[in-house]
Amino acid sequence: MKDITEERYVDGKPKLRRFHQARWDEPIIFELSNEGERGILVPEVEEELKGSVGDVLSRIPGKMLRKKRPELPELSQPRVLRHYVRLSQETLGTDLNIDVGQGTCTMKYSPKVNEQIARMPQVAEIHPLQDEETVQGILEIMYKFEQILKEISGMDRFSLQPGGGSAAIYANASIIRAYHESRGEADQRDEIITTIFSHPSNAACARTAGFKVITLYPNEDGYPDIQALSAAVSERTAGLMITNPEDTGIFNPKIEEFVDIVHEAGGLCAYDQANANGILGITRARDAGFDLCQFNLHKTFSAPHGCGGPAAGAIGVADELGKFLPVPVIEFDGSKYRLNYDRPESIGKIRSFYGVVPVVLKAYAWVMSLGAEGLKEVAETAVLNNNYVLKKLLEVPGVSAPYAKGKRRIEQVRYSWEKLAVDTGVHSEEIGLRAADFGVHYWTSHHPWIVPEPCTIEPTESYSKSELDEYVQIIRNVSDEAYKNPELVKTAPHNSTIHRIDHAPLDDPSQWAVTWRAYRKKVKRDKAGE
Amino acid sequence: MEDEKPTVYPYIPNSVPAVKKQMLKEVGAESVDNLFEDIPEKLRLKEKMNLPKPFVSECALRRHVEGILSKNKTCREYLNFLGAGCWQHYVPSVCDEINQRGEFLTAYAGEPYDDHGRFQALFEYASMMGELLDMDVVNVPTYDWFQAAATSIRMASRITGRREVLVSRTVSADKLSKIRDYCKPQIEAKLIDYDPETGQLDLDSLGAKVSSKTAAVYFENPSYLGFIEVNGDEISKVAHDHGAICIVGVDPISLGVLSPPIEYGADIVCGDLQPLGMHMQFGGGHAGFIATRDEEKYVMEYPSRLFGIAPTMVEGEYGFGDVAYERTSFALREEGKEFVGTAAALWGITAGVYLALMGPQGMLEIGKGIMQRSHYAMKEVSKIKGVRCPAFKSPHFKEFVVNFDGTGKAVREINKALLSHKIFGGKDLTKEFPELGNSALYCVTEVHTKADIDKLTEALKEVVG
Repeated sequence: MKDITEERYVDGKPKLRRFHQARWDEPIIFELSNEGERGILVPEVEEELKGSVGDVLSRIPGKMLRKKRPELPELSQPRVLRHYVRLSQETLGTDLNIDVGQGTCTMKYSPKVNEQIARMPQVAEIHPLQDEETVQGILEIMYKFEQILKEISGMDRFSLQPGGGSAAIYANASIIRAYHESRGEADQRDEIITTIFSHPSNAACARTAGFKVITLYPNEDGYPDIQALSAAVSERTAGLMITNPEDTGIFNPKIEEFVDIVHEAGGLCAYDQANANGILGITRARDAGFDLCQFNLHKTFSAPHGCGGPAAGAIGVADELGKFLPVPVIEFDGSKYRLNYDRPESIGKIRSFYGVVPVVLKAYAWVMSLGAEGLKEVAETAVLNNNYVLKKLLEVPGVSAPYAKGKRRIEQVRYSWEKLAVDTGVHSEEIGLRAADFGVHYWTSHHPWIVPEPCTIEPTESYSKSELDEYVQIIRNVSDEAYKNPELVKTAPHNSTIHRIDHAPLDDPSQWAVTWRAYRKKVKRDKAGE
Repeated sequence: MEDEKPTVYPYIPNSVPAVKKQMLKEVGAESVDNLFEDIPEKLRLKEKMNLPKPFVSECALRRHVEGILSKNKTCREYLNFLGAGCWQHYVPSVCDEINQRGEFLTAYAGEPYDDHGRFQALFEYASMMGELLDMDVVNVPTYDWFQAAATSIRMASRITGRREVLVSRTVSADKLSKIRDYCKPQIEAKLIDYDPETGQLDLDSLGAKVSSKTAAVYFENPSYLGFIEVNGDEISKVAHDHGAICIVGVDPISLGVLSPPIEYGADIVCGDLQPLGMHMQFGGGHAGFIATRDEEKYVMEYPSRLFGIAPTMVEGEYGFGDVAYERTSFALREEGKEFVGTAAALWGITAGVYLALMGPQGMLEIGKGIMQRSHYAMKEVSKIKGVRCPAFKSPHFKEFVVNFDGTGKAVREINKALLSHKIFGGKDLTKEFPELGNSALYCVTEVHTKADIDKLTEALKEVVG
């Protein structure tokens, strides 16, 4: 009988699993359509009711009545189910892989119990405009979670309304605008300062909110340049929007001085805490002098990422900015929770109703399973894991960790494969495609690539030492392959659902197709699509 | 000694002390504290955070959270007639089955090779929405209708180079607040009046306000107040005659029976996916869509990701990827279009499942069934003494305004009294639309039976009688 462990060791390869991504060759759903099939029947209308109202469609004026049925696919229920379950199998969630390769995304474990609770009718089947007396439970959870975030950040007031991290950054930019307006300085203070290793949304949201953006670049040690900051601030400075630790994983030790410089110039300081996982219970936004901050509840606070949402952002502010928070705010009078809309200086609405409530609930449950000591354990273990992977990865040929030599990193590390690219012609992106052959994600980095041939690894607290070792082994193996047989890497993936994609049509207006109907018209030139 | 052993956390594999010790040795640190040495001592939190005592077992945690949640009354226990931007529709079991799959639920931003299924499911979502809307480009969902409307307006402003938007005064106050905050630095929003009898957008008011400064005209169908805007053609013509873009916000569940807005001249269509397979979740189930024709000048103004279909090295194999990625803030930071971030993709996949289950016949039947029920409700409620329903003389879809002026009772009182009948009455409009008097916005969908509507009517009679 063949021993599987022998196969794992063949050709002197390290102990890697024989992964192959699911490949169902599942057609596009329209290709599965069979005329007349039904996936679900809608509730029948009682004859008496129908008789009472007559032909309702005749009440729709001719031009407003739909003439041509939408060309949706027609499928039975089991076929729809199988289609989507197959597509799900062709998707590599955190539940399946050692998801440390999407650095800055905090791909941690999302506890199943929290998911099950969030799907109970007491959450799923409540309407946001119900009488407050009937939603005291969910308001209590939201209020209590705000108190938790206040303690974690040191801030005085919170809003859970933003629909994601970027929406929260935008809300903070909007609050900064409102603050300067309230002081009659909005026209003058039209510049936001950020750093190149802060998430792109800090720059993008500031611009969207009407500010000019000044971006600071790192000094040779990788720290944001404090002299550049001093030169950048002026009577035009509205604020600073910054990540710390930055996406390099390096904690800016002069952060308090940064905040002081901006404050002295009359600006506000907003802390993007997307990378907060490694500092929970270690250091707090308010203690460094920040006026505003934001957390991504789908990252640090364990709610699942859902293929890109539902996400949730929480914004925290110092007392004097509380009046600008979005409406409504949740208040507690000692016996009842209520929603207060009477906030004349509020920036207004950032999102419908009160926020992405099921995500807030999952975040609350996660904190309540850990407590203060548990949160600190999260941070400490995430940072230990990160520094462990750093140590191990730097033993791999071709990779380096630029900047801050000899310093510890916090939540993630931005690595560089510059040497490997020079030595072998294999680029960072190609390493990722080969890593996919072993069942793991690998992400390069946000643009622009200040670090050449970058990749960003963020182990979080959710993976065991042996899993981290396995990830490093995969990367080591890909590096070995790059040196011995670069073609193997450059032609990857080999074990994926699909083969190399030709991306050129996606940037060509005459060929791109965002829907099947566009594809039929433009590419298939299929008559039915005309 | 046993008691002093540090807790091992189930979610934190390396919390096992021996493993931690070994790893610390590997990284050359004496203690975990050493790893934080770059954080200035002054900024280090000295005390333990003051947080509630945790429920460390899953059993205790569940009991704690469920205990708090048990204070909520649900729309399963109570009969609900609230809508106003969040609607109670039936959620097919397969929608929940798919969106709780761990593979989809816990995926994020992988390459098309790791996550082919995620890309295909979102491409198919956009494709099915495209059929429903009769449009060729649909985005990966944004946060909600509020954001979709605000972004559509900013897209129109960039395309036309103009800085004014005319918005129908029947949009909700909350949505208008969002639009104003989001458009503030670039665009001024002016309101177009409505006809007090019919609710219809006032074409004279539109004519008086539209100008060569107008980037876009924005209205909704069905309107926030439930009636159908019947003059879509005329409104879009006025916009187009002035070089402006026509944006229509739409409830997608109406599109089995109502014309897709492109039929009456819409250039950009937006709305919320929540009716298509998402539970209400106290307002947590929203996702916004934006759709346009497949013209470069429109496509290049989307801030959202757009997933396109592309060939691979193997003939006949479908691949997917980002269309025109270089317009996004991921690629260009502040030089990109607005910003893009994690929003509501899983609800997009779910809306795709919903449309695949419903098919063309399902969408027609559900639209018709909703109208039959809402019309029955309007008819029955209108028989109550002192009640005017619907308040607007126009065709309606699923929502309608009920005026209680003739009853001498405030909506607030009526709704409190309905609670004792285990009914959630319609949204109180008295602050939002004071000119409508003592009115409420009611919503009836396919979940309501004749008996439910009769129960509402009987309860209202008793309450206002």
